[in-house]
Amino acid sequence: MPRQQTLSAPFLARRKALGPPRPATLGMGVMTVFYAVVLLLPLYSLFSKAFLNPDGSFAGLANYVEYFSTPALSVSIRNTVVVSVVSALLGTALGFAYAYGITRTQIRGKVFFRYVALIPLFLPTVVHGLSLIYLFGNQGILTNLGWDIGLYGRTGIILSEIIYTFPQSFLMFYISLNYADGRLYEAADTMGCGALKKFRQITIPSVRYTLINSLFVCFTLAFTDFGAPKVLGGSYNVLATDIYKQVAGQFDMNMGAVVGTLLLLPAIVSFAVDRITARQNNGTISAKASALRVKPNALRDGIFFLLCTLVALCMLALVAVLFLGAFTTYYPYDLSFTLENFSFNQSTGGFQSYLNSIWMSLLTAVLGTAFVFVYACLIERSKCAGGLKQAGKLLSSLPLALPGMVIGLSFIFFFNHKDNPLNFIYGTVLILVLANLIHFYSVPFVTASSALKKLDREYENVSESMRVPPWKTFLRVTVPLSLPAILEIFLYYFMNSMVTVSAVVFLYSAKFKIASIAITHMEEAGDFAQAAAMSLLILLVNVVARGLYELLVAKLHARSRARAVQN
Amino acid sequence: MAFLEIRNIQKVFDQQTALRDVSLQIEKGELISILGPSGCGKTTLLRIIAGLETPTSGSVCIGGKDCTTLPPAKRNFGIVFQSYALFPHMTVEQNILFGLNEQKGLSRQERLARCHEVLEMVGLWEHRKKYPAQMSGGQQQRTALARAISLKPSYLLLDEPLSALDAKVRAKLRAEIRHIQRQLGITTIMVTHDQEEALTMADRIVVMNNAVVEQVGTPQEIYHHPKTAFVANFIGTMNLYRREDGTYGVRPESISISKQKQTQEMENWQGKITQVEFRGPLTRVYGQLDNQEPICVDVASEKAISLCLHPEDEIYFHIPKAGIIRYPAQEVV
Repeated sequence: MPRQQTLSAPFLARRKALGPPRPATLGMGVMTVFYAVVLLLPLYSLFSKAFLNPDGSFAGLANYVEYFSTPALSVSIRNTVVVSVVSALLGTALGFAYAYGITRTQIRGKVFFRYVALIPLFLPTVVHGLSLIYLFGNQGILTNLGWDIGLYGRTGIILSEIIYTFPQSFLMFYISLNYADGRLYEAADTMGCGALKKFRQITIPSVRYTLINSLFVCFTLAFTDFGAPKVLGGSYNVLATDIYKQVAGQFDMNMGAVVGTLLLLPAIVSFAVDRITARQNNGTISAKASALRVKPNALRDGIFFLLCTLVALCMLALVAVLFLGAFTTYYPYDLSFTLENFSFNQSTGGFQSYLNSIWMSLLTAVLGTAFVFVYACLIERSKCAGGLKQAGKLLSSLPLALPGMVIGLSFIFFFNHKDNPLNFIYGTVLILVLANLIHFYSVPFVTASSALKKLDREYENVSESMRVPPWKTFLRVTVPLSLPAILEIFLYYFMNSMVTVSAVVFLYSAKFKIASIAITHMEEAGDFAQAAAMSLLILLVNVVARGLYELLVAKLHARSRARAVQN
Repeated sequence: MAFLEIRNIQKVFDQQTALRDVSLQIEKGELISILGPSGCGKTTLLRIIAGLETPTSGSVCIGGKDCTTLPPAKRNFGIVFQSYALFPHMTVEQNILFGLNEQKGLSRQERLARCHEVLEMVGLWEHRKKYPAQMSGGQQQRTALARAISLKPSYLLLDEPLSALDAKVRAKLRAEIRHIQRQLGITTIMVTHDQEEALTMADRIVVMNNAVVEQVGTPQEIYHHPKTAFVANFIGTMNLYRREDGTYGVRPESISISKQKQTQEMENWQGKITQVEFRGPLTRVYGQLDNQEPICVDVASEKAISLCLHPEDEIYFHIPKAGIIRYPAQEVV
């Protein structure tokens, strides 16, 4: 072996230091390639389709010109923007007020209010629409009582999007309002500032990034949502229903791709905003911050209690009407109790679609959690090549900018191509799992990498010094210490896969139907009672999943507390 | 031939040089302390010896073999990190068996016996069923030490091993670590920023500053004959005076004070007291010489009381010629 010091050039020494590629580098390389294939190549197919003619010749911007010069089509852009702006403003306002009530007042029942706010996350967006039909539709409970809001069209979509965006906005504000620097408020008190001044000068600035983020996130969600306009839109066209009509109705793939690229626009803007605000938001709360002690104030608490109760009642009403619809013979004409609605028509997928959904979601959760966690682990804790780590980090935030419909559409273009060797997964559960894995990837990745960053950075080094192989350190140390994060990721993947419609609407096959799609079809066919019954089944499995999660997390916490008790 | 030899190590991170031409020889069985302010490169040097970092150039030889690019798992060392890096979900015993269980050459009986042995050595056998969070900082530190020596490594690395502990525990553990190290005769390299730790524990001290080694020597050599003004000032306290022909240093404890001029063998400097600081057995007297330069002196507290010292008192500082150390003029402190 040549002696090391004969290699004078630093790069030679470094090259030699690397030697054969480490297993970590190899694993990381394989995963990055897989991820790029499943994410980047389909996107490329989508974009190339938008610039091609149906016969495959290059069209330039002709498809876009055609789209914008068709009045019926370009009107849906205006509609989408109107709906999204109103929903973003109202969803954010409601989310902020509700979160403020729970974090900054002394109202009772905060735990109850917090859970109730999450109800919409447990159901597909088409079900929000279904509940609204039961309340405000032609034969709705409130309509029959004389309160007709003219549900179908703009009003309905906006209402439904508010229900959809409210929990997202609420969760963001709940986190940022929870972190308050009590010293600022105490300092303001000693200077004799009034409540309004403290709110304007301390509270609002401390959450202004969340405010901007919430507005953009809610806007994007409403802009790209397919479920609500599908159910409630009627003749009021938006981009998401356009894309569906172009692709599933007229088989105009190129025009579908054009709309798909348009759907990406707000997501890309909001993605950029998120990056910028995330950078500026760092370290706004110092480690020395002391918790804020909320003082009692009867008027404030009364107002917020009323507001939270009202919102909570609305959320509960959404579920209550599902029970009403699912367990009665023929609402509103025959209100006798029945279980008949739970024996589903075979034409819409039947009970099998429910089992398929659970199977698909479990598979997504298992594979997704494994992929995200191992990938995050290689990026955060291994000694693999730095370039691959950078690529992995960059790719991890991209799915956040991709609406489900864009993922679904680009998957068709890519995987359904007859020359693609991966063509065989088309029409199977695998393509649905892959679409979900990518669609919901970004949030779990952040969860995993922040949990992994918190572990002592020397664990791997200590193990290596004791000659413990890396895989054993991973299984015996990294995984057990990250269990809460792993469970959280698993639940996130599972619940989102249970309720998603937009990514899978283009990808399910007649052989493998899933519950959220079945609900859409039942509503189309006018089988509201069966749709309500299926919604309750989805709600049930998600509530059970969440319950199990909470139980396991409580158990883990109890165990780590027991390990800290002196005995 | 030295057990561990470091030759002309250079380490560059991005634009920053962490180590510049560092060479060092460590003999078998000695405890060597790498001492320096934070950011001087001492931890990087330790990580290079462990194989956790690869030097940009230069070589590391262990037992006569070139190990520069050898991965940590093939180097046979034990390490105690500043954070201890104990596995919080494992008991003391499990933490130690985690590495031992990989020793396929040992029977289960032998592994358990080894675990017992090292836990007895650090006095934690009764606590073997406890989790790290159930123990004091000192006990956690000793667990990490037991884990590091459990595989009978050929050398031991300690990265700021005592910095997370309070003063009393720290003093006790210093002696304990030193005792175990002597008992095992294990070559040990300890990184610290605490001069007292280095002076009390080490056979030899390596003083580092700004990516270079300033001086290597026994604690006595380092203290009494600091080679550079940096070493003089970093270890203990030194009064430094710049003159045309160089810089002169005097330790505060070599100076004595009185209210009258004294015999001729001494330098007699005149000045006044600015502050008197009681420090238990010693009292530190800060003063200002007539030429405006500051000076500090350590006197026995009893003597300080008998002298009746007050700020603004006029006083003589007596400096024995032997107590003055001269440094080349170009050095800037």
